[in-house]
Amino acid sequence: MKPESKLHISPVFSELLNAIPHGIAYLDTNLCVVVMNRFLEIMTGYSTAEARGIYSEFIFRSNLGNKNQMSREVLDRGEAVSVDGNIINRQRKKIPIHFTLSCLHDEQGQPAGFLIVLEDISVLKSVESKHQGLAEETGILGHSPQMAKVFELMSVLARTDASVLITGETGTGKDMIAEALHESSQRARQPFIKVNCGALPEALLESELFGHVKGAFTGAVTETVGMFRLAHKGTIFLTEIGDLSLPLQVKLLSVLDDQEFFPVGGSKKVKVDVRIIAATHCSLRQEVQQGRFREDLFYRLNVLHLHMPPLRERDGDIRLLLDHFLRHFSGKLGRGITAFTKKAIDVLGRYRYPGNVRELRNIAEYSANICQGKKVGTKDLPQYLFQAAEESSAKAPVIVVPPMVSLSREQAQPMAKMDGGWTGIEKEMIVDALRKTGGNRSKAADLLGWGRTTLWRKLKKYKMA
Amino acid sequence: MKVMITTRGDFVSPRFDLSPEVLIATYYDQELLEEPRSIIVSDVSAETICDLALKENVAMVICGGIEEQHYQFLTWKKITVIDSVIGPYTEVLQLAMNNTLKSGIILPGATSKEVAS
Repeated sequence: MKPESKLHISPVFSELLNAIPHGIAYLDTNLCVVVMNRFLEIMTGYSTAEARGIYSEFIFRSNLGNKNQMSREVLDRGEAVSVDGNIINRQRKKIPIHFTLSCLHDEQGQPAGFLIVLEDISVLKSVESKHQGLAEETGILGHSPQMAKVFELMSVLARTDASVLITGETGTGKDMIAEALHESSQRARQPFIKVNCGALPEALLESELFGHVKGAFTGAVTETVGMFRLAHKGTIFLTEIGDLSLPLQVKLLSVLDDQEFFPVGGSKKVKVDVRIIAATHCSLRQEVQQGRFREDLFYRLNVLHLHMPPLRERDGDIRLLLDHFLRHFSGKLGRGITAFTKKAIDVLGRYRYPGNVRELRNIAEYSANICQGKKVGTKDLPQYLFQAAEESSAKAPVIVVPPMVSLSREQAQPMAKMDGGWTGIEKEMIVDALRKTGGNRSKAADLLGWGRTTLWRKLKKYKMA
Repeated sequence: MKVMITTRGDFVSPRFDLSPEVLIATYYDQELLEEPRSIIVSDVSAETICDLALKENVAMVICGGIEEQHYQFLTWKKITVIDSVIGPYTEVLQLAMNNTLKSGIILPGATSKEVAS
């Protein structure tokens, strides 16, 4: 009796297969069905009695190549293989499947049969496609695990109506995320109003947010509805929420709590139904500790928190975004630039992108404009990238430069990178100028092209005075 | 009646959307009116085969596994679809001509006798 026949008649074997929560079939060496478990019977729509003895490809109807090509390779090599594919069952349904194909051997080591496990991955695929769909719709790109987490969280946040706080460095895409959250929420058909809290002075911002009645203040000749009322039933996005003044924070808190407010100069309460999404590049927790942000408002906004990772922490996304933006700008300019050269990629890969995606986009735009060939080389990249690269390779500590070493202003700029951002560069420029002028502030200010007062103000600001 | 059978080798192709070839046959009163002809599908996809069925103006499509959307499309276009057919296409065509072909039929050609017995 052949081994497969032994197994076929063994009720223990059948029961064993039925106990496994995946579709499993045992095939003979001709790849014909010997036995299938109940799970697979339901999945394919064929019973074991119907399928027995039939070539498995006619029963499973998978996309794993013609004439059971893959199964035959597994039989020949004897090594198990796992692969994703799909089947079309008798109910005309296409099911995404994770196949595991393995060859069974007898005592002499000869192939005795074939085991195929079909794992239904339709739930997994639908979640994946939802994430991908969300990413494609919103134009937010990213394949890194950090961005996968963001997309995953976004799909959850989009389903709720609670306030969301988005944090992240400048240029990480907080605005895009906010818009994407609105677009995928139930309020998508309603307005999405964006207000930059740092762009307007306090008095104007209050009127801008809550509106004013006619005659509320000098020049208020007409009534204004305000952003909150404009966003009624929709979403209001308050960007740079950290810059909001304390009195306005109180008013915002009361709107969040009661969903109603008085317009400037008005005596009639206005009720609104608005979802609030706030964003900031600074740490609100720190602002709370320093007394610049109300703790109660912080907790009210921080119901759901989404942090956008900086580009330097997004593994593999730099290359993806570079290619995407280069394609975009090359197409826009009609240049036919295809890619970056390897050397250019090396330089771009080493750069830390303090301005995140916004900076990367600008680099790609610059390169697409400058490049005259088909590939963007190092000569087509902005020069400051090389200065930064030289700096990081030299690893020269800025503070311990001996006084006798005199640096020009142009040389001093890249040295300052350690402190991060413009602040560091400026500090270094001041130190360098003072060093060159032997501590004479007037001469140092002249050298920097500033007034003496400006230099004094900056020295005070950086606590260097 | 003009029929189209999606084929692979000597058999009805297990999947409609992955059929490398189709067989077009015209019969009347259980007799073939002309030699059946084979068409190699250049860009294998369900859409291409659906287009081909419309272009050839067939009244019946005989195939293996087909997705619901393509099945519905063909039936909406007044084409009879007999799906989940397993067996050699010559025998399948004969049954179609005799008007005894049914969806889900399994013909002996696709069976390993050794195991079945």
